[in-house]
Amino acid sequence: MTALAWLVPAALLLGGIGLLAFLWALRSGQFEDLEGAAYRALEDEPADDPARRDEPQ
Amino acid sequence: MTAHALPISAATKAEGAARQARPDMLTLAIENMRCGGCLKSVERAALSVPGVTSARANLAAKRVSVAFEEGRANELDVIEALKRAGFSAAPMHAAKQDAERAREKYLLRRVAVAGFAAMNIMLLSVSVWAGSGGDMDASLAALFRWLSALIALPTVVYAGQPFFASALQALRGRRLNMDVPISLAILLATAMSLYQTVRGNEQVYFDAAVTLLFFLLIGRFLDESLRVRARGEAQNLVSLQSGIATIIEADGSQRRMPAHALAPGDCLLVAAGERVAADGVILAGSGEVDQSLITGETEPASASPGQQIYAGTLNLGNALKIEVTAADSATLLAEIGGLMLAAEQGKARYRRLADRAAQIYAPAVHGLGAATFLGWLLLGAPWQTALTYAIAVLIITCPCALALAVPAVQIAAASRLFRRGIVVKAPDGLERVAETDIVVFDKTGTLTLGRPQLLDEEAIPDEALAAAAGLAAASRHPYAQGIVAAAGKRQKTMVAADGVEETPGRGLARAGAHGEERLGSAEWCEVAASSGGSEVWYRRSGQAPVRFRFADTLRTDAAEVVGALKRRGYPLALLSGDRKNAVETVAAAVGIETWLGELRPAEKIDWLAECARAGRKVLMIGDGLNDAPALAAAHASVSPASAADISQRTADFVFQGQRLAPVLEILSTAKRARAIALQNFGVAFCYNIVAVPFAMAGYVTPLIAAIVMSTSSILVTVNAARLAGGGRS
Repeated sequence: MTALAWLVPAALLLGGIGLLAFLWALRSGQFEDLEGAAYRALEDEPADDPARRDEPQ
Repeated sequence: MTAHALPISAATKAEGAARQARPDMLTLAIENMRCGGCLKSVERAALSVPGVTSARANLAAKRVSVAFEEGRANELDVIEALKRAGFSAAPMHAAKQDAERAREKYLLRRVAVAGFAAMNIMLLSVSVWAGSGGDMDASLAALFRWLSALIALPTVVYAGQPFFASALQALRGRRLNMDVPISLAILLATAMSLYQTVRGNEQVYFDAAVTLLFFLLIGRFLDESLRVRARGEAQNLVSLQSGIATIIEADGSQRRMPAHALAPGDCLLVAAGERVAADGVILAGSGEVDQSLITGETEPASASPGQQIYAGTLNLGNALKIEVTAADSATLLAEIGGLMLAAEQGKARYRRLADRAAQIYAPAVHGLGAATFLGWLLLGAPWQTALTYAIAVLIITCPCALALAVPAVQIAAASRLFRRGIVVKAPDGLERVAETDIVVFDKTGTLTLGRPQLLDEEAIPDEALAAAAGLAAASRHPYAQGIVAAAGKRQKTMVAADGVEETPGRGLARAGAHGEERLGSAEWCEVAASSGGSEVWYRRSGQAPVRFRFADTLRTDAAEVVGALKRRGYPLALLSGDRKNAVETVAAAVGIETWLGELRPAEKIDWLAECARAGRKVLMIGDGLNDAPALAAAHASVSPASAADISQRTADFVFQGQRLAPVLEILSTAKRARAIALQNFGVAFCYNIVAVPFAMAGYVTPLIAAIVMSTSSILVTVNAARLAGGGRS
């Protein structure tokens, strides 16, 4: 039973991290263009591509 | 979480707000960006303009956000660069979408929080329920309930806001909407559970409250994202229509600028073959203009100084100088504006299916909940038990079919249509179009293409066609372009002739080795036997003149679509502003028996009002400025993407392409969407009929109620997804 003392907080913490990661992704505009994102993943260009400098924050 | 996979069509975040705050940000709508390759080409093309510091394209929204250094580059440079790369772009000048997108995100954040809370509370409460009566320690169960409370309370306060706000607003207006019982169920369940947790009792139902909230929020979010997507598409279409205009500055110099930036008093130069970008009065120049987009009249009208001219008019003759006037001073536009206002007020009275159901449903839900509570009290049950049963009734009856099923069906239907090049502009348009029982067409630009096409092509000898096309290639006049297109179709190797001189409004001439060649009006080619009408003559000195006749031709599948509509049992009518004999010809060609010509916009509305009085619901399909009031007055409306601004803005659906078949697709998809929405109501209703008596009798705990409700929600969503099938066409 004592295992619950850390298992429950651990479960909540992990879930909470997932939630915060989603909210951060939403804020940083990663869900703005889901169709385009699928293609951008296939781009070979270097990361300092000028088109990417303007990541919406 | 399902919400992740949804296409969120919002454009980049930096868009509108940043554009106002920082003048060097620009958002352009791109018409033909369709794949990952285009995405990169658009960005590269924009970046190639000196002074542009960044460009980010959004494929879902079909827009690109460009940042540039003030003074080193401007809107027009970027548009021209994109044009060279093969993309038509237009500046977006509406920032009001920001508020809607903000609302979409506001809901999505709450979906995420409610989802997180629902899963974790479920984890805790399932163990409590599983362990109850077994070996679970009572203090541990209490601890779990307290933990649930700790998660549920902030969640309800945060994620319940959209419902509480709407319910409060309804109550202030002394109305009942569906958000009232929803808020009541959530708040009562939470408060009751908190009370029981404090007292250490078992009847704790945080799980039910939060799960309910989660599912309802998904429905709200789907509804909102459909709305945002539809509006975004509509704005793109309108922006792409407006184009670029040439203005003459006070010092006589010419400057090109986006049409939306024109102001009253500007002096506009409209070259032959160009469309007039704004309403105005002709200052100088005279000749013929094509007003088919305005009045439906296909015969060119004459234009002379002092005359009023409307945006969308095609200049066939000399270059015209136009002074831009404010729209409200124009007589035709004022008339149309007034008619539009009246027509739209009529439409605002339409109540959506879900709202109509809610009107009956909401009082019933409250009544049943109250009856359960009072009934159990009268039977002598303690008030906590009575309240628990009442909450179960509220949760069972909570309108998931209304909150989730209808938006799910509509988003599935809209994405199906979208893949076929049809934009659903009004969220309730699908419901209205499914109810229509008569289809009314406009002629010019709707049944026909709205562009002059060469007639009797086969009768024209190859030689004459090739020679005429050689001359015509030098002109932007629509007839000249029609000749070039016809020659191209015959695959004649056509050589664009050198030394062609154009006399605007009259014709083209070229002095060649075999004598002079002329292409133009009968008078220009010195042909006496002119029968009038839309025609152009070609004459080489010493040879007989050749006549090229032009007419607006039917869309290729117009007759087919009309036939299909007839087979489906729709009565059809053709209402046009064009001359009666032209209307009659088209009506006979496509097979519509009821037709009327020479109608003014107000007369079109009268005809529609007559239909409405007879209890018919009209689907209006039209494109012209003169159709706009009729489009607004009809029960539902469709317009092609080539239509006048105002018509596209008014229509419930806008379809792209040369074919008329999308009209059939809209009708059948709307009918299927309605059938599936009704099935969903059926599912929800059956489940209520079965479950409510049990809940009132006290056999259903709120937990079971929440689980059963979730199952029905999933069932209803899966049912809706059936519509989305089918690939791109």
